[in-house]
Amino acid sequence: MDNRTLLDRMTAQFPDAVLEPVEFRGDLSLAVRPERYFEVARFLRDDPTLRYTFLENLCGVDYLGREPRFEVVAHLVSMLHLHRVCLKVGAPEEHPHVPSLTPLFPTANYQEREAYDLLGIVFDGHPALARILMPDDWLGHPQRKDHPLVEEEIAFTFNQEWIYAHKPFAKE
Amino acid sequence: MTSTLHVPTPQEITEPAIAGKTETMVLNMGPHHPSTHGVLRLVLELDGEVVVNVAPDVGYLHTGIEKTMESKTYQKAVVLTDRMDYLAPLSNNLCYALAVEKLLGVEIPERVQVIRVLLVELQRIASHLVWLGTHALDLAAMSVFLYAFREREQILDIFELVSGARMMTSYIRVGGLAYDVPADFLPTVDALLRIMPERIDEYEALLTGNPLWLERTVGVGVIDAEAAIAFGLTGANLRASGVPYDVRKAMPYSGYETYDFEIPVGKNGDIYDRYRVRMAELRQSVKIARQAWERLRALGPGPHMTLDRKVAPPPKSEITHSMESLIHHFKLWTEGFKPPRGDAYVSIESPRGILGCYVVSDGSPKPWRVHFRAPSFINLQALPHMAKGRLVADLVALIASLDPVLGEVDR
Repeated sequence: MDNRTLLDRMTAQFPDAVLEPVEFRGDLSLAVRPERYFEVARFLRDDPTLRYTFLENLCGVDYLGREPRFEVVAHLVSMLHLHRVCLKVGAPEEHPHVPSLTPLFPTANYQEREAYDLLGIVFDGHPALARILMPDDWLGHPQRKDHPLVEEEIAFTFNQEWIYAHKPFAKE
Repeated sequence: MTSTLHVPTPQEITEPAIAGKTETMVLNMGPHHPSTHGVLRLVLELDGEVVVNVAPDVGYLHTGIEKTMESKTYQKAVVLTDRMDYLAPLSNNLCYALAVEKLLGVEIPERVQVIRVLLVELQRIASHLVWLGTHALDLAAMSVFLYAFREREQILDIFELVSGARMMTSYIRVGGLAYDVPADFLPTVDALLRIMPERIDEYEALLTGNPLWLERTVGVGVIDAEAAIAFGLTGANLRASGVPYDVRKAMPYSGYETYDFEIPVGKNGDIYDRYRVRMAELRQSVKIARQAWERLRALGPGPHMTLDRKVAPPPKSEITHSMESLIHHFKLWTEGFKPPRGDAYVSIESPRGILGCYVVSDGSPKPWRVHFRAPSFINLQALPHMAKGRLVADLVALIASLDPVLGEVDR
């Protein structure tokens, strides 16, 4: 399996879903329509001649200032062909929703939770989309490019009351 | 199938218990528990001593390494990679360096690749020795730890010799190595590789046929090949389930295709098979390191960096008489190099599994986004599946057999 064969196969199977194939440094990446993303991943996984059964990596990227602002990148590996393909799907800023791959690949569970936690991308169909690395009461998504980079004040005895009163958990 | 492969969240266990809907007991294990190998919290749902459900809760060590890298130049971000998987810093260095090199499209001299392979295989031995020692310690076999750390110290001394640091090495840089290996590198490594095979026999003599060890590990924490792939298990954990997938063979990097080695594979996917696979990997690593050692000796002295002046700074001796070298030196250390726009993903076989690095460049000297596919983070998802229906004592053995490093889980 090489990039050319796979690309021909995918464009024949999904003539309208694959938006823009890019080959960079020998790696093939396919930008797909959000509404067909799940279907494309399922086809790659289940087709007996392809068998991209292993979801190696899934992460989000914040392209601030570009439309769509967010992008989810998934790397699928075929252990049959020893070949890797990258799927990319965009999500607009005002509605950052992407279909979840967890029903197909249980390994996507934590990786999608991480992308939700740090970038605020919502994965529709995820069984338990909750924060994973940041505390549950954290406000905002720290890996977004517009998240303010501020230092946290250290609580000493003389200022701890003021600091704790302004923490998110101090509200109730 | 996917319903049985669900990874529970802590809330899924605690909320019904708080509401009083369950007959089972909910217990916190960690975050400060000696056998969770770091700051890992497990929420256990117990029926007597039997685990009904378990939910890992991670994030206590989150340091925002990926975010911090976005404000460093490519070369300066290398030091942050050491801090992820602190038991295998050289593997992290290599993965990041390979990803940026792929983005840049630079050629790496053969000698550099040989040194990288040699060091990464020594790193694998050192990391597996920590796993072996702590795993045995968790199952109350005290003395294995002392044997394992004896050789690990020797390997860390080699790292100190080449990089000046035992753990936070930052030795493999984008474009090559930080500096050349010292003159006594080859004899020191030779002394280690000479004793290693018999030392591995020693560890195996303590554990492989030990009835107490067999009782705690055989048939415990079984995961089949299909579930292992679905959960994204990698490394020895995947190969113990009978899947012969190793990135060094499947998609070779740094010239691994030219080395002669085998991929040890298990059958049952239990703790004992993971132990056997890792022990066999130790022997294979010694074999690869010996081949790299022979090649390095045959190659003799040579470059320790790529010769591409747009990436590697010129030698200090050139700066005094070459204007162009001075400019390159100044540009590289103040501004850094600028890879073309695009993204690159590279994965390597780290001691814990497939370590991947995804780098996005916007054409500036700082990465737009760096993401690490952390094997410990993803391997941890399989823990609930393996632990259900087992005793709490088996859970301790299970965590050790997955070999997570919490610094890498949380990054």
